[in-house]
Amino acid sequence: MPLGDLLPEITLLLGAVSIVLFASFAPQRYQAWAAGLALVALFVAAWFSVQQWGAPPRLTFSGVWALDSVAIAAKLLILFSGAVVVALSPDWMRSDRRHGEYYALCLFSLLGMIMMASANDAMELVVGVLLSSVASYPLAAYHRSFTPALEAAMKYFLIGALANALLVIGVVILFGLVGDTDYVKASEVFQVGTDSIALSIAVACIVLGLTYKLGAVPTQAWMPDVAQGAPAPIAALLTVAPKIGAAVALARFVTILPENLAWPSIVALISVATMTLGNLAALRQTDLRRLLGWSSVSQSGYMLMAIVVVGSGVAALPALLAFLVAYALANLLAFAVVTHLRGRTDLEHYHGLARQQPLITAALILALLSLVGIPPLVGFFGKFLLFEVTIEAGYAWLAVVAAINTLVSLYYYLRVIAITMFKTPQGKVHVLGGWSWVALLVSLALLVMVSLGFQWLLGMLHHIAFVR
Amino acid sequence: MILTLAWCLPLLGTLLLAFMPRWSTSGARIFSIATAALALAMLVWAWIGFDPDGPLFQHVLDVPWVPSIGVGYRVGVDGIALAVATMSALVFLASIAYPVDTKGQPRQYYAWMLFLMATSLAVFLVLDLLLFYVFFDLSLVGMYFLIGRWGHGKPQLSALTFFLFTFAGSLALLLAIIGLYLSLDSPSFDMRLIIEQQPLAGGGLYAGLVFLGLMLGLAIKTPLVPLHTWLPQAHVDAPGPASAILAGVLLKMGTYGMVRLPLAMLPDTFQRYALVVGIIALVAILYGALVALGQRNLKRRIAYTSINHMGYTVLGIAVAASLSDNLAAKQLALTGATVEMVAHGLITGSLFLICGSFWQRTGEYDLDYYGGLAYQAPLLTGLTVLAAFASLGMPGLAGFVAEFQIFAGTFAVYPWLAVLAVLGILITAGLFLDLLRRLFFGSLPVHLAQFTELNRAEATVLIALGLGIVIIGVYPSFLLEVIDGASALLIGGR
Repeated sequence: MPLGDLLPEITLLLGAVSIVLFASFAPQRYQAWAAGLALVALFVAAWFSVQQWGAPPRLTFSGVWALDSVAIAAKLLILFSGAVVVALSPDWMRSDRRHGEYYALCLFSLLGMIMMASANDAMELVVGVLLSSVASYPLAAYHRSFTPALEAAMKYFLIGALANALLVIGVVILFGLVGDTDYVKASEVFQVGTDSIALSIAVACIVLGLTYKLGAVPTQAWMPDVAQGAPAPIAALLTVAPKIGAAVALARFVTILPENLAWPSIVALISVATMTLGNLAALRQTDLRRLLGWSSVSQSGYMLMAIVVVGSGVAALPALLAFLVAYALANLLAFAVVTHLRGRTDLEHYHGLARQQPLITAALILALLSLVGIPPLVGFFGKFLLFEVTIEAGYAWLAVVAAINTLVSLYYYLRVIAITMFKTPQGKVHVLGGWSWVALLVSLALLVMVSLGFQWLLGMLHHIAFVR
Repeated sequence: MILTLAWCLPLLGTLLLAFMPRWSTSGARIFSIATAALALAMLVWAWIGFDPDGPLFQHVLDVPWVPSIGVGYRVGVDGIALAVATMSALVFLASIAYPVDTKGQPRQYYAWMLFLMATSLAVFLVLDLLLFYVFFDLSLVGMYFLIGRWGHGKPQLSALTFFLFTFAGSLALLLAIIGLYLSLDSPSFDMRLIIEQQPLAGGGLYAGLVFLGLMLGLAIKTPLVPLHTWLPQAHVDAPGPASAILAGVLLKMGTYGMVRLPLAMLPDTFQRYALVVGIIALVAILYGALVALGQRNLKRRIAYTSINHMGYTVLGIAVAASLSDNLAAKQLALTGATVEMVAHGLITGSLFLICGSFWQRTGEYDLDYYGGLAYQAPLLTGLTVLAAFASLGMPGLAGFVAEFQIFAGTFAVYPWLAVLAVLGILITAGLFLDLLRRLFFGSLPVHLAQFTELNRAEATVLIALGLGIVIIGVYPSFLLEVIDGASALLIGGR
């Protein structure tokens, strides 16, 4: 067995296991060291992934595991998000009795997301989705004496159970049609022709299952609650990393579908519904974390634009990955700010923040403006590429809808900015600690650097493609 | 390089003010004045090194940024940009030097001023469409904070209205810019490339939509009737220097953009709609003048005359874009439009600074509140009369040079538009004379007995601007020479 192909994943797994062991025996005051272990595991995994970069794309483990540039890029991005989240956590979790095992759950969850991005087989996809879901539920409910956290986790779990069940049903039907869960075999069978009604049902179920991880309509309801109720670092994790895995998984899955199935229209419809609903719901929020949750729903809608055109022969995958990078950087930075401000979430508590914490406010503003897509921030380039590929592929109407949505989204992002700048401050602003400060600064620096060096990122992503 | 310095110096100043906490009020003010003066000096230096007979764009610097989507850091000026940018720097210097109540936050006030200066100058200096858009938007942000924080009345509401209006406009602009960008064979945001290649030369629906988007975005900024509704309130609630910048510099971005983008990049499409644009400009001229005549609020009245004057500029641009083969007339109109931008910047800049002085002294803009100040404040009276006469187009002052050329050019191409537009001058003359009468003549009301004359800083700034107005009026050729080269290339290049 080519175990070497799985070195990054194995590293994560070993890291998680050693953290569990460490956390079981270490006394409370040393539990934070688990964060260091997790960071080491993430860096080693990233290092192994970088080694895989540049090799010709191939399938491994009997064709269930894709080792192509898209998967590796997604993997690196997921690992980076994980590292930021882990770095944000020690100060936040310091007083928690179960501090150590928290990092093990993070790593398991990241492992599931990486599996989603790399799976070239429907069963593998199911395992990835389930692993990331199962590890994420307890993370969302980690503050178990905090009622909103329980509510969020319960919603997350119930919707997840439903969506995962649908996913499994879809995969079962797909298996019935093809006689295999392998994407390569499936695409061969689809070339010949198959029962289109059954296939439609299977596709609908699988797409629905993945919309759950994306936080897209119709399974988006958990997103704002988790963003509000989960520990702030976990809110950062769950609004970013699963989307990366799910977006790549969805793109990979739809490319094997036959032409006659109208999947682009369906994805386009989901995309429009998602971005519109997310934006409209965000308009009225008075809670920053909830607002970011809804904004993250709308961002999923934009992401789906690239998936609509992924089969149209345009450079959809570089656009998708570039957008994911932009989104991840901005959203992580926004949540890093929230975390560093000790999770303050009510917009009223952000009144006049600019006068007391100019640098933190600047970071928040940059993150929000990048989410809107204001040039020259990286968010602009990400969105710009999305618009470019959708227009090029003949979906100009989708680009127009997205542009209108961007306009609407301005209102709520700017409202937050205006509140931090104009209102009179109330009371002193307390911040968390050294770890979260460093994580915040690193995210901020990366956002600025990637904005300035976007050409470099684009050069890296230029030739990425799925393995054939 | 020199142009980069011109807009980066104020930006550097902003950073120093923003991140170094210890600044005294006078320290921050003097530092900002020095920075602004240095930036102005850079532009003057660029002016001296500018060859009017040379290529269209000079002092060009081109650094690649994201070459695969055609974005780069590109700066350079033609005569039009150079004239408008230098005027802007002067208005900024004047506004920064003008004493104002900084509401206990001098460091922040001057930081935003310098930030606004950096972004505004950059709008005129960059040759990259994307950067143009970025700085166009960033200038909104700067102005938003200046109005919102240091304004009076309902500043936050006015600032928000201003921001939303102009931001909506700039989004239309963005869509059109992307349309232009996609129309090139190998997409690029390089303005020189687009001007050279004329990708949408054939016209058609696509070109029409791009033109519409550009004009919509720029017309809101200019502002043209009926998209002007944000302007009066923003002016009234803004602090005096911010008003001066809003009228003197930010409005010019609209008309400068019309020259730089639609006129240079879509001449065929602009030609088709030139008459429509001209008629809208005529409406703005007459409407602006008539509404200004009806205002009792000093600042509101001057704000509406801005609409009127920007109408002249747009009229000149529309004539320059028209179908006529009278190249001399078109060139005259374009040069006139540019001179109008410069003249209006200086004239209305000083008028709004004067409004600021009135507000500092009394907190009142109502014209009926004033009267008989000529004896009380003779210097203020003299400088206001100078600015008002320049604004109404008195020969020998800057406004006349501009308006004469615009009308001469228009008369050759659209005689009836010119005849109707001249009515605007008549009304403007009436409203300014009325304004002067109500402010300075008649008997002095009792509550104005304590009204003080301009202090030295105010007087210096206003005299400097007034000198500019007189010099352009008496000896315009130094300005015309630089502008004429660019307008000849733009018009004759068809």
